[in-house]
Amino acid sequence: MHFSWNCSGLLALAALALLGGCGEPQFSDAEKKTIASLALNTLPSLKVDTTNQYADVPAAAALGSTLFFDGGMSRDGTVSCSTCHKIDRQFQDDLPQAVGVGHTNRRTMPLAGVARNPWFFWDGRRDSLWAQALTPLENPLEQAGNRAAFAHYMQKRFGERYERIFGPLPNLSTVPANASPLGSDAEKAAWKAMPASQQEDVNRVYANIGKAIAAFERSIEPEQTRFDRFAIDLATGAAPQGDAAFSPEEILGLKLFIGNANCVTCHNGPRFTDNSFHNTGVPPVDGLPLDRGRVDAVAQVQADPFNCLGKFRDGDESACRELRFMVKDAPQILRAYKTPSLRGAADRPPYMHAGQFSTLDEVVAHYSKAPLAVEGVSEVHPLDLSDRERAALVAFLKTLSD
Amino acid sequence: MASVWRYILAGLGLAALLVGAVAAVYLVLPQPASGPDISRSKKTANALFLASFEPERGVVRQGELQSWLLTLKTAAGAPVEGAAITVSGGMPQHDHGLPTSPQATDYLGDGRYRIDGVKFTMSGWWQLRFAISAAAGSDSVVFNIVL
Repeated sequence: MHFSWNCSGLLALAALALLGGCGEPQFSDAEKKTIASLALNTLPSLKVDTTNQYADVPAAAALGSTLFFDGGMSRDGTVSCSTCHKIDRQFQDDLPQAVGVGHTNRRTMPLAGVARNPWFFWDGRRDSLWAQALTPLENPLEQAGNRAAFAHYMQKRFGERYERIFGPLPNLSTVPANASPLGSDAEKAAWKAMPASQQEDVNRVYANIGKAIAAFERSIEPEQTRFDRFAIDLATGAAPQGDAAFSPEEILGLKLFIGNANCVTCHNGPRFTDNSFHNTGVPPVDGLPLDRGRVDAVAQVQADPFNCLGKFRDGDESACRELRFMVKDAPQILRAYKTPSLRGAADRPPYMHAGQFSTLDEVVAHYSKAPLAVEGVSEVHPLDLSDRERAALVAFLKTLSD
Repeated sequence: MASVWRYILAGLGLAALLVGAVAAVYLVLPQPASGPDISRSKKTANALFLASFEPERGVVRQGELQSWLLTLKTAAGAPVEGAAITVSGGMPQHDHGLPTSPQATDYLGDGRYRIDGVKFTMSGWWQLRFAISAAAGSDSVVFNIVL
């Protein structure tokens, strides 16, 4: 009796030791560290944008918000920023490619946390939020306007509000109704005919429009999700309660995400993005114009008069290091696109830069299979995930939306 | 007495079982590869210079554009002045280059050069290669940084 009790005690101890060694411990210390680094509470406070002295001026943000929702900020009076960046849809439009005045070739990006990006658009062809905001205004497929018309519109519609923020408007009486270096042939000709000082006046008003819109957009930030509540409990050692508790499938998905599936390699930090550009072998869409991603955006951002090194930047040049040190000509930027944040992604199909995949299952299947890129070299290697593992990854991604 | 031997026997048996189980787990787990040399100070490839590479503000932060300091001394310990330095690198395990194009932007005296525009966008093994050309000749050095 004595022996058997001791023996069974030892056996129980041995069994515990074995379970500890090869059962399913929730997370290793390294995994816990990675999970903590993804939680929203590690998001630093928004940095001051020295290139936009109005970035944190409330009146500028208020004007920016008016402009953001104003259909008058387009050629035909019907398209605003909010046409594609819908306020009740995470500031995106659920379409594979955005539709403004015309049909574009790219998926509308959501705006949560947008002011934290070093680069804008899927290919990073702009280097500040205010320079980004100006681009759709003149894109013939988006708002299709021109900067001379926008300057006149500001004076006519928002003159007093504008001047309270930015100071006196220039004399626009001799500025043509429609003129832009990027517009139609007639608009280009009208722009060329303007004296340089007048071009600069119009460009200054135009830049300020972008700075006001950017000031508004800085307020759009990501919100806490089930994952964040789970991660905080994990970090503090509290047992996750209620919806913060993960199902075994969600835990498996999280483990894969930060482990064997390598998702966290690029989708890292509290915004789940490395803010960089990668070729992941996403196929082009038939019928859309040739799209080579980052490689073609380099020259565009360099040529943009509203870039950080241009004369419309506030503050000093030390803010321009991203532009100054960007990769200009490496093979890796061919068909490379920006790593999107995954926060809220489960609620906003379709996916990828031209809406190539209609479900998260398709996205995960793509990364598992890792097809070769049509151009350049995909950085993704095949994972051969099982059905169960792919479903677990999707289950985990949904915790970033709930 | 017999019961003591049974205890010892049982203990030995269990110990053997545990050792076996632990060994099995150990063999199944991926073995950590012997990591790359992560020293921040080393001789250049042809031993022309002694190079050290440190983050200017002391800490490496993932995802942030940072400046580092490359300090160059001759084999005799004299600071290397007027060196032309080019920077390249990447992640050997991912077959991709650097996400930025770091450059030697300033000479700070005493053989110290500011290398600005360094950014590590992901955790893992990074390499930075410096091609150095100075009065003493040309040489190169590779630093490994593991995040």
